[in-house]
Amino acid sequence: MNVMRHTWYMVMRQARNLMREPIWIVLLLVQPMVWLVLYGQLFKNVTRLGGFGTGSYVTFLAPAIVVMNGFFGATWSGMSMINDLEHKVVERFLATPASRTSLVLSQIVRSAITAALQAVIILLVSFALGVSIHTGLLGCLIIIVAGMLVNSAFAGISQAIALLTRREATMIAVANFIGLPLLFLSTTMMARSNMPHWMQIASRYNPVDWGVRAAREVVLPGTSWSSVGWHLLFLFLLSIVTAAWATRTFRAYQRTL
Amino acid sequence: MEAIAVDGLRKRYGDVQALDGVSFAVREGEVFALLGPNGAGKSTTVRVLVTLTHADEGTATVAGHDVRREQNAVRRAIGYVPQDSGVDVFGTGRENLMLQGRVQGMGGRDLRDRADELLRLVGIADAADRVVRGYSGGMRRRLDIALGLVHRPRVLFLDEPTTGLDPEARVAMWQEVQRLAEAESLTILLTTHYLEEADQLADRLAIVSQGKVVVEGTPAELKARLQGDAVHVELENGAIDEAQAVLRGVGARPEQVLDGKVVVARVDNGGRALPGIISALEGAGVGVASVSVSRPSLDDVYLHYTGRDFTAEDRAA
Repeated sequence: MNVMRHTWYMVMRQARNLMREPIWIVLLLVQPMVWLVLYGQLFKNVTRLGGFGTGSYVTFLAPAIVVMNGFFGATWSGMSMINDLEHKVVERFLATPASRTSLVLSQIVRSAITAALQAVIILLVSFALGVSIHTGLLGCLIIIVAGMLVNSAFAGISQAIALLTRREATMIAVANFIGLPLLFLSTTMMARSNMPHWMQIASRYNPVDWGVRAAREVVLPGTSWSSVGWHLLFLFLLSIVTAAWATRTFRAYQRTL
Repeated sequence: MEAIAVDGLRKRYGDVQALDGVSFAVREGEVFALLGPNGAGKSTTVRVLVTLTHADEGTATVAGHDVRREQNAVRRAIGYVPQDSGVDVFGTGRENLMLQGRVQGMGGRDLRDRADELLRLVGIADAADRVVRGYSGGMRRRLDIALGLVHRPRVLFLDEPTTGLDPEARVAMWQEVQRLAEAESLTILLTTHYLEEADQLADRLAIVSQGKVVVEGTPAELKARLQGDAVHVELENGAIDEAQAVLRGVGARPEQVLDGKVVVARVDNGGRALPGIISALEGAGVGVASVSVSRPSLDDVYLHYTGRDFTAEDRAA
């Protein structure tokens, strides 16, 4: 199918360009380690509050860092679309039979693949820090998928915002505006029982928290597979919805040409 | 057969009537120029023809396909070299070419060979595997053109192909375009706001002004229609009516007044008529600051058909 093939071509284009920037690769790999090590150290003693399901804070934190990293990466994914719009790369493809959907979809797929690669790094580092994953290899896979799905759900939103505003400054403002609040409205760093009641309720509607729940569920003993399944399903459906929205805004952008 | 047929295109952007009934036809195999100042509607016309945008009214076919109803057929038949490139500057020249070929449905050996051929043809083979960000302006433009040609289109659109190039690179690009038109047996539609460029490159051209085509023909035809050389008489005291009367008296045909002090008149042979014109003006006591004669140029053609000075209008836009 054209959409799939063209999406693949466009993803490869972005991947090759990224490979050429060593500094980017280093940052992409080091950044998630910094989160894990820094937060892991800073909040080490917080498990004394109870409700974490483990005495090892880094074990509690590691799966959530995979999700958080996917989320942060996604909020910035629209920047690359803005760059393509500004350099008229998109327009050049629009005058060819290139699949329109692939131009948007490739940005989301590229973002999700990056999140997956970073997830692998984070998992390797967390093993080095003594984290063990109760459900083994399958659990690792689920953590990576959770990171990718949170990423693609928010990448869709980021692409839509990029296409609506077409301005870097606006993109940055939006990324900052939603980034930290959604992080703190989740159980990424804190056990649910220690959160204020209203935050516990609010976090139920936070897709970042859906990912954290699914990912954490497989790390600690007493895994509820139905909880994992439901949360991943929600994220998958949300990803479809936001990708559809991004595609719609792309059509709206075409009409402004 | 007509490679491009455009009939009554109209398009409005907010308060601006960008196209106000553009019509023209381009025959197969010819190089056709849309000439006009910035903002005349040339680029908008091209954007409609390459399916980037729709006209509000009117119809157009490219390579026999309707630009509205058969968009993908048009997109396969054309190459489009936009005014502002659209190259992925973080990729190499070859990567850009290969991707462009792939979305046009090419692949494998055929595409690799074609990419090599084009890189040689436009003279950037040595830089093929370098990132485009390091290319000079001229090299980028060559790559742009190669991108437009990769799938062997029948019709090539060049939107302001030499804007931003220095004069030397511009002349090189003209030769390039002429060579490509022959080597690839292409129909080329180019837009330009350089009169010399249209004069040099185009088999035929259309002058576009304020969203309309004001005249269409070969450069020679258009100039011949002006019948004779132009005499520009700059007056010292603005005695325009008297000057025009004197000019008529010696057989010249006054046509226009520029800036309220320059009378433009047509004569059959400028060199021979000049002494008579000067002495007649002096005899009538009309103060003359300067007199000049020029062979008809596209500048004059533009002035004749729009009543406006091309260079001044282009600068103002």
